Amino acid sequence: MADSASVSISEPATPAAPAVSRFSVLVRTTHWLTTVAFFALIVTGFELVISHPRFYWGETGNILTTPLFKIPIPSSRNLVPTGYGYVLPDQNGWSRYLHFQAAWLLVLTGLLYLINGLVTGRFRRELLPAKSQFSWQAFSSSISEHLRLKRPETRSYNLIQRLSYIGVIFILIPLEIWTGLAMSPSFVSAVPAAVNLLGGTQSARTLHFLDSLLLLLFVLVHVFMVIRAGFRSRMRAMTIGTTTTEGP
Amino acid sequence: MTDPTRRKLIRTGAVAATGLLGLGAASRIAQRYGLIPPDSGGIYGAGETLTYGCQRLLTRHSLAREFPRSMISARPVPNEMAPPKEAFKRLQAGGFADWRLAVDGMVERPAAFSLPQLRAYPTHSQITMLACEEGWSYIAEWIGVPLSQVLNEVGVQPQAKFVVYRSIDGLWDSIDMGDALHPQTFLVYGLNDSELPVANGGPLRLRVPRQLGYKSVKFVTQLTLTDSMKSFGKGLGSMSPEYGYSWYAGI
Repeated sequence: MADSASVSISEPATPAAPAVSRFSVLVRTTHWLTTVAFFALIVTGFELVISHPRFYWGETGNILTTPLFKIPIPSSRNLVPTGYGYVLPDQNGWSRYLHFQAAWLLVLTGLLYLINGLVTGRFRRELLPAKSQFSWQAFSSSISEHLRLKRPETRSYNLIQRLSYIGVIFILIPLEIWTGLAMSPSFVSAVPAAVNLLGGTQSARTLHFLDSLLLLLFVLVHVFMVIRAGFRSRMRAMTIGTTTTEGP
Repeated sequence: MTDPTRRKLIRTGAVAATGLLGLGAASRIAQRYGLIPPDSGGIYGAGETLTYGCQRLLTRHSLAREFPRSMISARPVPNEMAPPKEAFKRLQAGGFADWRLAVDGMVERPAAFSLPQLRAYPTHSQITMLACEEGWSYIAEWIGVPLSQVLNEVGVQPQAKFVVYRSIDGLWDSIDMGDALHPQTFLVYGLNDSELPVANGGPLRLRVPRQLGYKSVKFVTQLTLTDSMKSFGKGLGSMSPEYGYSWYAGI
């Protein structure tokens, strides 16, 4: 029988790779704190959305005005016309408390992560696309590798991975924080530009919602990729910090 | 135990002790400057205190955004409301002639104001947004008298830290003196050039435009000045935390 297992047995045994610390303690800690914060934010965010599953553009929007779009789900408030004959239980109280507490966790953790990434040069080294990756050929081959769900051959992040991480860390999450603050009547009393630049309170809310969908999509793809690339080794790398087997 | 380990342990201990001392001092300073909300206990206390403390530092002198007349919403939203109580219906039947706003607690001259008395003060108006915690919003012109005018009239004692306000339907809430004396905190009796409709809180509503809609309590009949929220309800600053909602609604 010439299956793959017998082939690998016939190969000369390689000595056990030395334990490699792939992520620093700070990167691992901030990763999981962010995971906790994100989970709390997405669950409570959804609870808040169902109290008014209608989205608008501009400054104002309410049940008497025309929405930009609606989510076809029941609501937790009976004033909202949803077409459903029932009202879901109101969860806004604890959801609001937890949403803002988790937002603080995300912001403070994120600051620590950003400072660390800049000081240690991790961003420049691992997230900024390498010189060799700045080409259409590298880009298209990265795309085709992803489409074929090819497992990575190196530890180094590939181009699409780098661009995704940069997009999330430097664009999507900052935009989520900005649009969140832009909905705060108190914050915008001190910094009116925060909401005026976005086109109004309802625009900020709509952007906050759409951005959260992009972040959720990122997390789902991220988890899928981790499973695809080797769940055990990736989890070891991001928890205890060392990987010895299972290749990259 | 090797020396480097011991040194590391001592250093960690020193850092932790300094951290705790620092937190203790920060908490005392924050308390002194009114940066700790009444509902700072419990599992969400940390986030709530950070939000309130930071926003208070940031918004000490800030004004809620005001809008041009052209941006006033076509229809001010009449929100969900419990059916009016007997006491309200009686006053409504009398055209609110007997409506009184009682002001008591830590004031020099407790008083009760009728609606004509409140209207006799110079009229102020603001075109500001009412944003509900659910996510919807509308803009309206709110007409009334600044709360600070009424507070000056009764003479607030210097130790007062909160204004507790009560609705005829039993709801009560409170704001700190920063919000109470803020130039845009109004006792509102008019909306968009007419009397404040009952559906929007008429005949008298407290308007706190730098906070979400639920702080702008409808049908206000009593103001009480106090230096501590401990003796009001469960001591959490308003009924909102008792229902699970935060006392501070600046975000």
